[in-house]
Amino acid sequence: MSLITLQNITRSYQMGTETIHALRDVTLDLERGEYVAIMGPSGSGKSTLMNLLGCLDTPTSGRFTLNGNNVDDMDDNALAEIRNREIGFVFQSFNLLARSSALHNVELPMIYGGVPPAERRERALVALANVGLADRIHHKPNELSGGQRQRVAVARALVNNPSILLADEPTGNLDSKTGVEILALFEELARQGNTIILVTHEEEIARHARRILRIRDGLIAADERLEKPVTPGPPPLPA
Amino acid sequence: MSFWNEILEGLRISWSAIKANQMRSVLTTLGVVIGIVTVTMMATAINGLNAAFLRSMSILGTDVVYVERFGWFMGEGEWRKSRNRPEITLAQAREVERQATLAKAIAPTIMARENIVFERRSGGMVTIIGTTDQSLITGGMDMSEGRFLSAADVAGARPICVVGNDVAERMFPRDTPVGKRLRVGDMTFEVVGTVAKRGRFLGLFSLDDVVFIPVTAMAGQMVSRPDVRLDVKVASLAQLDDAKEELEGIMRKVRRIPPGGKNDFAINQQDAFIQNFNKVGGTVAAVGLFITGLSLFVGGIGIMNIMFVSVTERTREIGVRRALGAKRRTILIQFLIESVLLCLMGGVIALVICAPMTLLVAMALPAALSPGIIALALGVAMVTGIISGFMPAWRAAHMAPVDALRSE
Repeated sequence: MSLITLQNITRSYQMGTETIHALRDVTLDLERGEYVAIMGPSGSGKSTLMNLLGCLDTPTSGRFTLNGNNVDDMDDNALAEIRNREIGFVFQSFNLLARSSALHNVELPMIYGGVPPAERRERALVALANVGLADRIHHKPNELSGGQRQRVAVARALVNNPSILLADEPTGNLDSKTGVEILALFEELARQGNTIILVTHEEEIARHARRILRIRDGLIAADERLEKPVTPGPPPLPA
Repeated sequence: MSFWNEILEGLRISWSAIKANQMRSVLTTLGVVIGIVTVTMMATAINGLNAAFLRSMSILGTDVVYVERFGWFMGEGEWRKSRNRPEITLAQAREVERQATLAKAIAPTIMARENIVFERRSGGMVTIIGTTDQSLITGGMDMSEGRFLSAADVAGARPICVVGNDVAERMFPRDTPVGKRLRVGDMTFEVVGTVAKRGRFLGLFSLDDVVFIPVTAMAGQMVSRPDVRLDVKVASLAQLDDAKEELEGIMRKVRRIPPGGKNDFAINQQDAFIQNFNKVGGTVAAVGLFITGLSLFVGGIGIMNIMFVSVTERTREIGVRRALGAKRRTILIQFLIESVLLCLMGGVIALVICAPMTLLVAMALPAALSPGIIALALGVAMVTGIISGFMPAWRAAHMAPVDALRSE
């Protein structure tokens, strides 16, 4: 069974008297371990699709199954648990808690997941070490560079071992060199078997994925599979 | 996620949020501080008044009843109906004294106001109490000097008197009063003793500005139509009701009231005082607490306002927390904790301010910052925090995660 199954998904919004159809009849399967890019201009329904995949929103109609869970008819509490267990978010603007250390930021999903304190700290330290930030655990976000902040965000996203890593323009706020580093980190994570969904509007970034979904007018306009990544191999991770 | 974890994380977030906005937090808390101070001081004052009242009441004694012509608290209608009652004569009183079996002591008492003079020094108008030796027991009095009236003094209507502490100090400042000849009205009495200080009744009039003389001397010569009050101390509190019943029976017989006829006398007790005080005091307390509560209410609105600001400022943070798996309840608790923490800080500051103020109040009333009042102040602070924080917290908890994440 696929990790993610969308069947005839629609999502409409009421804007005054007008109904806006952000997604119309989208059907899609994603397998475990895929590295997918979702592309589309603004207003295409790209963000709506991402919100649905991230269980931040529910479809107006259609079936949505994630890792065997029927997500489309879940209540708010159940969705919160699914987000906590199954989804790791990486945002364009990092969205770290400004007044908390890197360590506490990474611990946060485990606090909400009810992981006991000792294990929480242990796992957060490992996650930070995995993204090369073992020596920055007590730094606050404003004491870290953009690239380092996004690494903290990746560590936070992965610390609960989610089914999906959902990244929304993860390089949008980074200079190109740092952006390449983050993409290399994603490449490595994909190689390790993580399922990654990368939302972007840049062709160049999308081509790092193995599969590209192009959204237009609320529909999947194209579904391309790339045989191999454009970059031949990941550059070594900076320490 | 365990509840304890949620509380802990909530405390941690709230503390860092309050620290990050120190000035704002302090100013907001000020409203609550003022509210808690006024409420606490009002509670302290009410407590003090109650204590002062009960202290006065203990002078009356729980086991003493007063048989009198009129009841203590009569409505106007009752008063009109009963004003023609005949006086209780000394002969009737002595008859009751003879027949009563459940009383430990009975003191017939007559009161009047007279001028007192010693040599050239005038003491002004004081309360003259004509009574018997039994009064020492019914009034629960102690002697500081000399002796009280004796049964023989009363039987012989001897011209001797016992003075209260104030009279002794005023009339005989440098000397012992015992053996002095004190003029009371037109008569002269030899002082045989001084009653130890008793204090003021309800803070109104002194119980020490009095002169005791034999009731027989008073009834015969000072007052033409005496109206006697019987002060009755019962043998045991358990027999109080029986004793009252017995007194009623004897009085009806002595006053020749036909069966079915209404009593033309009253049996009074401190209960009546306490009930009346509680009625009035309860109203005063309710009004006082309501008015001071208003200032707390204003403080609470300040907290609510700043919590709304806090929620709006941190909309994005709320979105992130929701994306990471925080439930609505978690967000609700987080903001409630912040608002309760603000109010509790206000409560603690208020108590620090109340401590010296209570000492000031304690000069006039028996008042103390008791553990009960401290618990009350902190409890009120906490409830204020929960109530004023609820609406902002509810709004935070019910934001759509998508919208919250999108906010700038």
